[in-house]
Amino acid sequence: MTTRASASPATRSLISDQELARPRYRAAYFTVLTVTTVLFAAAFLFPLYWMASSALETPREFAAQTPTLLPKSVHVAAYRDAWSQMDIAHFFLNTVWYAAGGWLIQISVDVCAAYALSKLRPAFGKAIFAGMLASLMLPSAALLVPAYLTVSDLPLVHLNLLNTPWALWLPGAANAFNIYVLRRFFDQIPGELLDAASIDGASRLQTLLRVVLPLSRSVLAVISIFAVVGMWKDFLWPLLVLQDPDKQTLSVALHRLSTSTTQVPPTEMIAGLSIAAVPMIVLFLFFQRHILGGLSAGALKG
Amino acid sequence: MATSLAPHRPGPPAAPSHGRTGALTARHARLRRRLADNALAYGFMAAGIVCFAVFSWYPLVRGIMLSFQQDNLITAPQWVGLDNYHHLFDDPLFWTAWKNTAEFTGLALLLGYAVPFVIAVLLNELRHFTAYFRIAVYLPVMLPPIVSVMLWQFFYDPGGGLFNTALRGAHLPTSQWIQSPDTAMISLVLVSTWANMGGATLMYLAALQAIPGELFEAAELDGAGLWARLRYVTLPQMRFIMLVLLLLQIISTMQVFIEPFQLTGFTDPSTITVMTLIYRYAFAVNNDFGLAASMSVLLFAVLGVFAALYLRLTRETD
Repeated sequence: MTTRASASPATRSLISDQELARPRYRAAYFTVLTVTTVLFAAAFLFPLYWMASSALETPREFAAQTPTLLPKSVHVAAYRDAWSQMDIAHFFLNTVWYAAGGWLIQISVDVCAAYALSKLRPAFGKAIFAGMLASLMLPSAALLVPAYLTVSDLPLVHLNLLNTPWALWLPGAANAFNIYVLRRFFDQIPGELLDAASIDGASRLQTLLRVVLPLSRSVLAVISIFAVVGMWKDFLWPLLVLQDPDKQTLSVALHRLSTSTTQVPPTEMIAGLSIAAVPMIVLFLFFQRHILGGLSAGALKG
Repeated sequence: MATSLAPHRPGPPAAPSHGRTGALTARHARLRRRLADNALAYGFMAAGIVCFAVFSWYPLVRGIMLSFQQDNLITAPQWVGLDNYHHLFDDPLFWTAWKNTAEFTGLALLLGYAVPFVIAVLLNELRHFTAYFRIAVYLPVMLPPIVSVMLWQFFYDPGGGLFNTALRGAHLPTSQWIQSPDTAMISLVLVSTWANMGGATLMYLAALQAIPGELFEAAELDGAGLWARLRYVTLPQMRFIMLVLLLLQIISTMQVFIEPFQLTGFTDPSTITVMTLIYRYAFAVNNDFGLAASMSVLLFAVLGVFAALYLRLTRETD
């Protein structure tokens, strides 16, 4: 214990390592540790386990008075039926398509805008940037109705984007948080580097693609993850703009199926929920460092 | 190369031998160069500006205008002055929605504000399984909200739901959860808190880790016990982030939608909120976009106060 304390004095918190070394503190510490570990498992992991395993039970076992924590025998039928009969596959692919397209458009639009604001510094750039940031202060709720009307009949061109992916993609591209984070990152890239590239004959676009973007991999990763997660989790906006059942996202379809008159067996519905949750859980386990890091980095300025 | 260097040189003529014409061409070149740079910059920003203009700036203006209009998408919009607002104030649901929203926000803060703080302080002291704790507490945040809410819908089932089964197992009285007006609101708050508290917890944790260790060391040397250190070192150091999170949570919980929408519907007066009422006015019952817009404007005005406070708070420390 003492070696740890001297090795890393910077990580000192409320309780010191010396205090923890005392028997009474040690006993208390391990009690608290055990209780917290169990409580976390019960509160945060168990519901997910319940979701994944209940879908493996037969509808009869699921409905039984005494619940079984381990399915008596494993039935993948609910997952299979959810995937094909409930058409979860279709809504899953819809959501993948919306998320992928939304990611691409959001990244290209926001990177270009941030690059121009940071490195080309045009006239009125500051005012435009302020206008974009102001939208962060605007609760999405306030825009719900007028944004819906706008999407249903675009000003000047009078296009109706309802029930098309564009209704999700284009408003999603107006993301001030991305532009703010990217601009701050680009500001740190020394101008000399860009000048050197332009002396070598690179155009502004080439400089962006060959110099700025490779240097920005980490921040692009964070933004990409948040873009995909955001699209996958979104509910209210897709609910409004994608009313055609065929075009819906997985979240909206699950809501619709849960309230429709045709009764879906509960195990099948729970299987649907699991399928909707899996990509986000996998993404999180793969990129948890990026996600948790990006959370605390961007948190205060969000 | 010579022309491209010229703009960097400020002030009068660069080449005196050419006299006035030299100065003019130099100035022309500079102007052309700056115009070209600006044109290029606006080219890069065009898509972004259009997206913001069409989907953020214009809807804001339109929303305010709409709140003074009657618009059902069928007949042409008509200016009706303050009629929409009068209608709102006459609708008993309007007052119920605000009361419920305030109740939800209050309860959500009580739980969602205090619990993550306690958990973060605790996790900051635990020296084992740190990755496990972080991943576990943040997992629900990753779930699509409809998944969390529908999952809890199964848990809340008054008959064979997990909660009542557990209560029966412990020989405790069971509850109707979302199906009784007495417990519906707190049931919504519980799901919402479960699903969202990971974010606040990890932000608190990051702030706790930023507290310089010497402060605790010095306090300890001065004889401060555990509670004194918590009270006189941790809490004052956390004041800023606690204030920021308070404002952010007020802003987000006042926009609560999916919990009442999925669990109790947008017609149940015991849980109707500002957002579900907006939905009901515009999309579900009335098809009255003007009325919904005026409700949005009021919500915007209330949230604007908190947003302005937030802005001031984070500006000052920049």
